[in-house]
Amino acid sequence: MNFRCDTASRVPIYKQLMEQVRTAVARKAVRPGERLPSIRQLSRTLVINPNTVAKAYVELEREGLITRRQGLGVFITAASPEMTAATRRKKLRDATDRYLTEAVHLGVSADEVRRAIEERSAAFHFAGDDGGPGGE
Amino acid sequence: MNDADAIVTRRLTKHFDGKRVVDSLDLNIKAGSVYGFLGRNGAGKSTTIKMLTGMLRPDAGEAYLLGEPVATLRPETRRRICYLAEAHPLYGWMTVGEAVRFTRAFYPATDGHPGWNGRLCEQILDHFELPRRRKIRRLSRGQMAQVSLALGVAPEPELLILDDPTLGLDTVVRRDFLESLIQIIHRAGRTILFSSHMLGDVERVADRIGLMADGVLRVDCPTEVFRESVKRVLVDFAGVPAEDPDVPRLVSWRHVGPTLELVLVGYDDAQRAAVEALGPRSVEVVDLNLEEAFIAYTRPARSLPAFDFRPVKKSIPHPEPAPTDGPSFTDQGAA
Repeated sequence: MNFRCDTASRVPIYKQLMEQVRTAVARKAVRPGERLPSIRQLSRTLVINPNTVAKAYVELEREGLITRRQGLGVFITAASPEMTAATRRKKLRDATDRYLTEAVHLGVSADEVRRAIEERSAAFHFAGDDGGPGGE
Repeated sequence: MNDADAIVTRRLTKHFDGKRVVDSLDLNIKAGSVYGFLGRNGAGKSTTIKMLTGMLRPDAGEAYLLGEPVATLRPETRRRICYLAEAHPLYGWMTVGEAVRFTRAFYPATDGHPGWNGRLCEQILDHFELPRRRKIRRLSRGQMAQVSLALGVAPEPELLILDDPTLGLDTVVRRDFLESLIQIIHRAGRTILFSSHMLGDVERVADRIGLMADGVLRVDCPTEVFRESVKRVLVDFAGVPAEDPDVPRLVSWRHVGPTLELVLVGYDDAQRAAVEALGPRSVEVVDLNLEEAFIAYTRPARSLPAFDFRPVKKSIPHPEPAPTDGPSFTDQGAA
């Protein structure tokens, strides 16, 4: 998995790292059980304070995306994060509303939106389509 | 004072020509942390560093390094501290090798101390491919910084005080320097105070930042807390934007056309209510990057420069300067 760090961004570095892991998992660029670089390694390659990497990993672990195993390293979690069906539905509705708001302001038609979702979905990995097509 | 603090100052104060350059500075820098010390030129950073290292005597207040008053630092304690002065002053007539032998002589091995780590020094010089027989004055500015880093790190100090160590270095050399600094940070327990104008560098390496303006420490908190707390709020008005807005924790304000641009610490309900009370047409909140947040904190209040080549019809309203005693932003309780 490829990490980057952009200090001109308005997003703090630890959040950039978290976002990159989230995106990679969603797009199946990393698989469950895959190992991530250690805090030291990542700190060295990105030239950032190790505490910044540690903070990103702690937060990701809290969200259930990664597991840290003492002495072994940091791994992408196999199971999907624990969340009730109701919470999941609410989060999906909120995210959809944000996306649709943006689309309305772009001045595109509902059909174009549906086509865009269809088209882009192939690049992502959804629950229940294990073994199905997953783009990188 | 706490044993866990590597640097402590109490009401540290210095005047130059009747002007208060450092004003009752209270600083607590935890052992093992990396502290980025920010401020514009003349804000009091270098003066503070010089008082910390005993190069300048404070007019009032005290400073402690590794638990000892700076004024009476014992030699044993002094050797646990590395200070890289601005612009890396070294003796130009020495060769790199001579500079190493000269500096090494100040760090003999004693009971409690292994002394000079010659292997580490050589590793750093090798890493930067510094010719040992080259005269210091023939080195580039970047190479001087590298020699100075090697000499500073070889005694394996617990506390490093670096006064703008990457000043004037090109991008590649700066990155090399930062990489070395990260390696030093990896050795647990080291405390680093470094001043810099390169905010991207500071964000990469600092756990905490302190921001000085006009001799006062205005910000003192974890780097990402500062980044995430300072917000720019764009308030649009149908008519003339409000003047001198009364909003809690206001850092600065200015007019950009019909928009009142506020920089605030946080954006809670009280602040939201205060902004709504101004009667705006619309309000937009945006995040800032470290550089933008720094500028918001340190720039004197004024309207955007009007470089307009059309004939001037009416002058742009100039707001009064924002209060210089705006919100200090520290999480150590000191105000």
